[in-house]
Amino acid sequence: MAEERLLMKGNEAIGEAALRAGCRFYAGYPITPQNELTEYMSRRMPEEGGTFIQAESEIAAINMVYGASAAGARTMTSSSGPGISLKQEGISYLCGSELPCFYANIVRGGPGLGNIAPAQSDYFQSTRGGGHGDYRVVVFAPSTVQELVDLTILGFEVADRYNNPSMILGDGILGQMMEPVVMRESVTYDPSGKTGWALGNSEGRERHMITSVRLAPGTLERHNVHLRKKYLEIEAKEVRYELYEVDDADVVIIAYGTAARVAKSAVTAAREKGGIKLGLLRPITLWPFPTDAIADLAKNKQDILVAEMSFGQLYEDVRLSVCGKAKVSLLAHTGGGLPTEDEIIEAAGKCVASSEPVEIYPVLE
Amino acid sequence: MTTRVIMAGFGGQGVVLMGTLLSYSAMVQGKHTTFFPSYGAEMRGGTANCSVIVSDTEIPSPVVNEPDCVIAMNIASLDKFESRIRPGGVIFVNSSLVKKKVARDDIEEIRVPANDIAEGLGASRAANMVMLGCVLKKTGAVAVDSAVKSLEKVLSERAMALLELNKKALQRGFEEVS
Repeated sequence: MAEERLLMKGNEAIGEAALRAGCRFYAGYPITPQNELTEYMSRRMPEEGGTFIQAESEIAAINMVYGASAAGARTMTSSSGPGISLKQEGISYLCGSELPCFYANIVRGGPGLGNIAPAQSDYFQSTRGGGHGDYRVVVFAPSTVQELVDLTILGFEVADRYNNPSMILGDGILGQMMEPVVMRESVTYDPSGKTGWALGNSEGRERHMITSVRLAPGTLERHNVHLRKKYLEIEAKEVRYELYEVDDADVVIIAYGTAARVAKSAVTAAREKGGIKLGLLRPITLWPFPTDAIADLAKNKQDILVAEMSFGQLYEDVRLSVCGKAKVSLLAHTGGGLPTEDEIIEAAGKCVASSEPVEIYPVLE
Repeated sequence: MTTRVIMAGFGGQGVVLMGTLLSYSAMVQGKHTTFFPSYGAEMRGGTANCSVIVSDTEIPSPVVNEPDCVIAMNIASLDKFESRIRPGGVIFVNSSLVKKKVARDDIEEIRVPANDIAEGLGASRAANMVMLGCVLKKTGAVAVDSAVKSLEKVLSERAMALLELNKKALQRGFEEVS
């Protein structure tokens, strides 16, 4: 049977994909531009026999997720920047306690309450842990509604594989737009892999303890070394990215999410016009970051142009990846601004023409 | 071929349904398509708009800055979007409600008394489908048959009673322009 294509809104596609992945517990609190996800779960979760809770606050929601995860459930939450900020405390606890969960941040403009326009300015918050303590979460960066589906399902798998939260970093455009998608088959989620540590069904077994408190001298350091080893394994195994027309490119654009969609069409347009040869490296995971693939561009003496909807956050990781061995330039918008094809092509021209890196902020020009 | 359309009107004029139907029909025809709504500070009776792209190739951003085609269901929409249409593009004006003429001379203006036509078919609320029919004829973005067939997939359950009226309105709009 041919796979059925559905026309779905990004936010709803995340919700449906989560249900197909076996998620049966969602707790959240409304915020634009991710509200359709919460609304979708409020309707669909009970239909699947799961639990939907509109919590009294974001902090309550993430702690409910903590509780459900401790009991072995596939569980999720979602929000946008300000709400994710509130959830950071709980996310830190989940990481410290080694509990899996999945969450989506459909980013709006910040800082503060900002606006509801699409942005990528929560990059640092996502890739650096975001809360207190020494931890990481796996960050997926979809650029189509189809990828929202595929990476949501993968996100649950990866979270369970490492007993660590994973997340989708989307933006308001991805959350709000509709696009054709092929929905995946439902999986039957089997929580038996968690019986060694999950709470509940405790009769006749040693007690399980889930905690992030380790007060005895040396225990926290030993635990954090254990976490560190896990993070190194994730860095070795879970990096994902897409290369597009990179081999013969004079300038390689590095962009993710919606910015990468625009960059891809800039690559095609520039090549059709016979101008500068552009290519695209699109990180699909932002942590772990495709450091080696980017370092290879430097080895090949290719110029790099970072195009992002934030003021130089992705740029920082790219520069760390090349360690001064390539010329890395920046084209940045923020607060709802979106790069255009023409801006990217023009910026690439400036990269080639200059012996020094250039930083381009179209709104300042 | 790529067609970029912005549809705009009062909340309640069925702008989102128009966009959804266009996008859905494109999907059924195996084309690439995106639908992007204005979201946030909209309210009933205020203005609503959405952008739809239909293309034979992958679509970069779903945000439409320079549309090939605008549907202005009310005067506020005409005022807001006239200046953004690409030179050589088309604006469809709902002349039942908008008496003002388009000021630019580098775009084509098609005036359609959509409410009156829909009224003649049974209910003025099908004005949106009349307009969409016109757009399909003029742009060839998707086949009108495919849009007619897709209607039952995108109409909400409570609007199903109006399925036949909507079909007629689409066809009538399609025949309205040359």
